[in-house]
Formats: sequence, structure tokens, C-alpha cells
Amino acid sequence: MSDTLPLSILNNRRLETWLQFRPDRTVMLAVGKVEIGQGILTALSQIAAEELDVGIDRIAILSGDTDDAPDEGSTSSSQSIEVSGRSVRLVSAELRARVLGRLAQRLNCAPEQLSVDDGVFLQDGNPTGHDYWSFANAEDFAADIEGTARPKPQAAYKVVGQKVPRRDLIAKVTGAAFIHDLVRPDMLHARVLRQPSRDAQLQALNETAIRKASGGDIRIVRVGDFVAFVDADETTVQRAAAAAPGHAKWTGVRVLTPLQQEASWFRDQPADDRHIGDPAPPAQTGTIQTGTIVSQTYSRPFVAHAALAPSCGLAEYRSGHLSVWSHTQGVYPLRNSIADILGLQRAQVTVRHAHGAGCYGHNGADDAALDAAVIALQIPDHCIRVQWRREEEFGFEPVSTAHMTSLRAVLDDQGRPIDWTAEIWAGSHVQRPVFGGTMLAHEAMPNKPPPAKANDPTEANGGGGTRNGFPLYDFETKRVIHHLALQTPVRTSSLRGLGALPNVYALECFVDELAERADVDPVAYRLSLLSDPRARVLIENVAARCGWATREPAGTGRGLGLAWSRYKNKAAYACVAVELEVDQDVALRRVWCAADAGLVINPDGARNQLEGGIVHAASMTLKEQVTLDGDGITSLDWDRYPIMRFSEVPEIDVVIVENPHLPTLGMGECTFGPTAAAIGNAVAHALGVRVRDMPLTRARIAAALVR
Amino acid sequence: MAVTLTVNGRDVTVDADATTPLLDVLRNHLDLKGSRYGCGLEQCGSCMVLIDGAAEYSCARELATVAGRSVTTIEGLGTPDAPHPLQRAFLEEQAGQCGYCLSGIIISAKALLDRNPKPSRADIVAALDKHLCRCGTHTRIIAAVRKAAQMGAPSMGAPAMGAPA
Repeated sequence: MSDTLPLSILNNRRLETWLQFRPDRTVMLAVGKVEIGQGILTALSQIAAEELDVGIDRIAILSGDTDDAPDEGSTSSSQSIEVSGRSVRLVSAELRARVLGRLAQRLNCAPEQLSVDDGVFLQDGNPTGHDYWSFANAEDFAADIEGTARPKPQAAYKVVGQKVPRRDLIAKVTGAAFIHDLVRPDMLHARVLRQPSRDAQLQALNETAIRKASGGDIRIVRVGDFVAFVDADETTVQRAAAAAPGHAKWTGVRVLTPLQQEASWFRDQPADDRHIGDPAPPAQTGTIQTGTIVSQTYSRPFVAHAALAPSCGLAEYRSGHLSVWSHTQGVYPLRNSIADILGLQRAQVTVRHAHGAGCYGHNGADDAALDAAVIALQIPDHCIRVQWRREEEFGFEPVSTAHMTSLRAVLDDQGRPIDWTAEIWAGSHVQRPVFGGTMLAHEAMPNKPPPAKANDPTEANGGGGTRNGFPLYDFETKRVIHHLALQTPVRTSSLRGLGALPNVYALECFVDELAERADVDPVAYRLSLLSDPRARVLIENVAARCGWATREPAGTGRGLGLAWSRYKNKAAYACVAVELEVDQDVALRRVWCAADAGLVINPDGARNQLEGGIVHAASMTLKEQVTLDGDGITSLDWDRYPIMRFSEVPEIDVVIVENPHLPTLGMGECTFGPTAAAIGNAVAHALGVRVRDMPLTRARIAAALVR
Repeated sequence: MAVTLTVNGRDVTVDADATTPLLDVLRNHLDLKGSRYGCGLEQCGSCMVLIDGAAEYSCARELATVAGRSVTTIEGLGTPDAPHPLQRAFLEEQAGQCGYCLSGIIISAKALLDRNPKPSRADIVAALDKHLCRCGTHTRIIAAVRKAAQMGAPSMGAPAMGAPA
């Protein structure tokens, strides 16, 4: 039934695209999803090992390779287990069934008499003398995947659901492990002089001064307004790049003001306006006969991915073929973009994934790869290694858009919402190069692309600005009005959760405010509005563990807050409670979390992701803001873009509520929104005053207190 | 200029400009890729190495200042086949997500355990506070350092390669 097959299989129908049995008694599993620190390759290996009945150590994995691995688009949106995992399960089950079916014919027995033990075939428990490696042949692979083989029942799982350590961590704690560490023949190091903004033109470049500053005999590559410094010695090009901005004269540079760094700036910008949900306009004061109308506005500013490693890309052009190494989230989309921009056939370009630092979305990875490719075409027969500098990553990666959510509820006489409107102002939450976005080097080249097109994922794909915009509470009437700004002051693109964090922050803070208004305990208030049993279980679980029943009165300086959401309103559920103290700054003390992701493939990996999401969201909520002024972003180092440190991280207690009989739900982003909102609620509880605009810094708290 | 120093117990002579960052020397001249570039500003800790036993940033440290001194990188602690107790503890705790910060953090943890074999949680946090971890693996990292301390390896020094003085 091809209409029920996952997209990954529909786009990659041949069995041999996914699986091969290799002579060394391993199984090569090829996938399009890539490791970005989330442990996906371990989880996918578990699924293949389970369905094939081979030991997990026999699974070798190849991921992200436009020559040798399937095209699964981008690794994003917590979809890798839901889509790729389901695909690997179906593919593995089908191959196993095909091979065993043929063996049953050979042995003249029923397929049910056959079993597999670590890849060795048994008949009624006795050796057959056959195994995958000796018996599987081209005939088994010579077919399109039909998806008709029945995967194992969950009750039979031996590998799925178990804690399996990640194989890639060994290299990461002992030495070379990342794209940054690759060494290729004839390698040259490169740095780029970035065009300050897309229409800026380079009027003058003092190459002599830059060469002198480099201390070496560097090569300077220029393609239009794209400039790179290239040499066999990395230190030399780093010095050139550090000095270069002082020796370059640009015209047509855009001018930014700090006003643009706040989400409220979007309120007056031209936008693509959409109305989703209940078609009636939002309630206006005076238009509703019964019911009180309450409204509040919440916001989050522009925030950075702030990967620990600045981006890196390698490219070499040899004999008319361009090979690229990148820590991109999508090797095929990147291959297509690079080929199109450089005027090459797609078959002339190979993109291979190599591990980078955690990206949490679309950062500078793709841009660095294009930088390397542009230079490689100018200097063929060398491997060009482009390493971005720290200020380059902060200054030029696409950031996550500022986002403002205004909520309006019509309340019944019990103070419960009967009509709900979320009005959202934001720039694009996704502008990948294949999704309306532009790439930096391309903007500096003579064939520069038209300006980026405002774009956002569809509602069916979870939305972008509207992600988690609809509450899952039992309100009668709900609508979302989305103002997608046509332009943003700086490039924006996807960051963990897209609009989910600001929207859940608004929703779950507003629910607390409504509970307070109704004089009802916030947990009891939530439960009175919520019939989804999976959500209720999590809220009750966390409330019990965090001591909600004995919560102190508001305004003591100590706060306890709780929030929940179901990511994208269709992926994993999470509820989070936060205990904190507010003196001048917010100090997190303890965090409790319960999550429900259905069948969990690797509970230890899942827990790691849940905890990581909590810390990341807490950092964003309390500390992070991209600042704008002059010719661009001014938060260019870790002092001006602080993130959470060891001394600020609370104790975290995560519980996974097991539902192994239910389908796996993507959970890499599910703690993000609830953590932010739980912090917002706990700060309000500590102070007796609500802070609605993130980040909840000392300055914003002080301003809220004097209002 | 030629500078002689000890790296992971071995005397090496590097022919490079005296102001070359130690991190570049380690990564590009000596092919020790475990020390990582994160900022070049001594703000993130990805490049941390031991210099005469003390955890120090290498990204902005000029080569000439380590002449005659002993530098230990993550490669000097252990290997995939023979990991140092700290590396083993990090693997056992699965204390990593992307893993980029880990080599620097393990170096600081080694400096801590060398001077304080039984650190409290607060001691560990204080020793690691100059390090950034963007994935939010902090609680596991703290647990891994505690576990390494509990393993109580008699010699936390670099195996067979000569512990720093």
C-alpha cells in the first residue's frame, strides 16, 4: 500500500538503497538522516537490528551521502524516528521476510518454522547452515519496497526500548571526531571576508595591507563581492581574515537599529496575514454580550543557534567533479543548492555529511559548505577547508526570528475561556536554501539570487510561527491569526521548535494568569480544561513529584511554576515544573519533567534529549538575545551572547511515562516550550509580578517590578 | 623559529612563528585534533589543555610561552582502546550529545581530580564553569566526573606517557 508508506521510502524505493550484507558479517544500513548530537544513528541501528534479528554491533551505518545513502530531506522537526525510523523498520522487516521466504522454499518448510539468531537462520531452532551473509543474494534486493511485511510486535522487542550507548562518543572524548578535524590531500585553509549585507558592494580592498597582516604569502580569491583568503597555513589566513574588515570599504550596507531587535518591531511591518481556525474575527471589547475579554502579549527576541563550534566546510574540485563535506542537516538539499548556484549538474556534485557541533537547526553549516565550494572551483585539485570564525558564526548564521504572541480569551462566568484567539507576529521560522532562503556566498556573487522569500512550514507540517499556536485545551472556539513579516532585519531560519517556544510560553503563562484571575489553583485550572488523558497523566505526575500541593503563596522570592505542551500538537508530550529563586537574577533550583513519546527506541538517548532541551530552553528564556545595531548583529561573542553555565544549571529529574504500545513520537524538542513557560510561571509566582517578554534578565525583571 | 616543548610526554620541536596560537600548533603542526577551536577568545573552553598540569586555554596562547613546558592534550589521557578513567566515565554515563565541548571539559576535570581526588559537586561545578556546553548535557557531565572520582584510579595521570610534573 504505497499510499501508507513513509515519505522516505516513497522517495527511495529500492531495498539495496537502504541495506547491504557485507562480507565481514556486518550489515550496512544507509540513511538520509544525520547525527547532530541527538543520537539518531544509534536509535536507527537499534530498529534495524531488531527487525533483522542481528546483533546491534553488526549494524554499520552510513548517513548523509548523496552518492550512497537515500534522500531523506533534512534532519529536522523531531521527525527522524517518526519517519526514518518507521522506514528502517519496514525496510528491514521486508528484507528479512524476503530472504526467509526464499529459504523456506529451498528447505521446503513453512516460513513460520524459520527464525533468525544474530543473523544465523534456524529451522525449528536447529541450524540450517545458512545466514544472511551466505544466503542473501541480489534477487532479495531486486525489488521495490512494498511495505507489506509485518514488523515484529512490540512485545517481542529485545533491542528496541533498551539503553544502547552511542558509538560515536568514543572518538569525541579521545581525539579527532568532527568535520573540523578532517585532513585531505592537498588541503588549503581558507577564511572569508563577509559581505556585511546582501546589497553591499566592495568598493576597495587593500590587499597589500591584508597580506602584510597575514604574515604569509596568501592567495586572495575574489568572485564578485565574495572574498576569501587561502593558504596552506591556517594561522596565516586567520590573521588575514581578522585584519580584512579594517581594510575593506563597502557601500550600500544596510543600517540597523536596536529597535529592530525586539519582537514588537514586527507589529508595524508589512506581512502576509492568515486567519486559521474559527472564521469569526477575534472578540472585540463590547461585541460580546456575555463574557469578559482578557488579553495579554508575550514575546521572545531574535536568538542564535550559537553552536559551540563555528561552521566548517570542505570542498574539492577534481576532474570536473565537486566533492563537499558538510555538517548540514540535509545533504541532498545542499547538493542541489550548490549545483544550481555554481552552474553544475547535480550529478557533478557529491555532498557527504561529517559531524559538527550541535546545531539545533539551520545555522552556518550550509553557508560554510558553499564558501568552500566557491573557492574550490577557483582553485581546483586542492581540498579547500573553510573554517568560520566565532564572530562570523554569531554575525552571519541565520538566527531564529523574534516572535510576539498576543492572546485574547473570552471568559465564561467561571473564568474559563470559551473563545480563544492567538495573534502572532514573526519573521520566517524556516528559510532553508531550498525553502525561500538565500545563501551568503551566493548573495555576494555576480549571479546573486532575488531577496529571500518569506516562508513558513504549512500547518500540516506543524507550522512555523503558528507552531503550537492552537491550544489543546477544550475551548469551544479557537483561531490563530498569523502575520508573517515579509522581511526581517537579518536572515532568519529554523531553530529547535520554531514558534513552539514563544507560543507555548504565551499560552501556558496566560493560562496561569487566567487561573489566578479565576482564583483557582493553576494545576486544577488546567485539569478542568483538559480532556486529553495523556496530557493529564503528565501534569498529575509532575505536580505530585514537585510538591505542588504545598506550594507557597506568591511573592516570597521563591517560585514554583508548571507548564506542558504536546510538541506540534501531534508529537511528544512533556510537562515541566521549575523551582527557582529570584533575587536580582533568576536562579533555577530544580526541574521536574515527565514526557510521553509513545514507544521509546533508546530511553537513555531520549532522556539525554529531554534534559538537553530543558537546559537549552532555560538558557534561551533567561539569558539569550541577538542584539542589532549599525551594520548588523552586535552580539558577536560569548560575553555578549551569554548562555547557561554549569553553575546555573539546576538539578533535573526526568521521567519517561512509558507507552510502548503506542507509535513513537518525536521528542527532541518537546521539553522546549514547557520549560520556558514553567520558568515564566515560576518567576511570576516568586515575584507576584508577570514578566512577559523574554529573556527574563535582571533589567526586564526590574522594569516589570516598577510598572 | 624553532620551539621545543613536551607534548603528551614526548619532546617535540616546532618550527613556527613565536606568536602562533598553541591550538594551531597542536592541531596543524602536530596533528592532535582533540583540542578544538570554539572561539579563539578564551571564552568557551573547547581548546583546554594541561600546561604543566594546570588547565589552560590554548586558542590564544602563543607558542613561545610554552617553550620548555609540558603540554597534555586529550590524546595524552587515553585512546579508544585504552581510555583514561575520565574518558571511561564519560562513556559509561553517556555524558555527551554533540560532544564538541567534551575534550576540553575532560582536561579541566583531570586538572581538578589531580589536585582534589574527592571533589564535591560544587568543586566540580566551579572547575567546569569556564566551559560552555550548548547541548545541555551539564548534569551528565557532572555525574561522569563524580564517577571518575569514585573509580579512584590510583594514578589519574596519563598512562605510560608520563604525567605532567
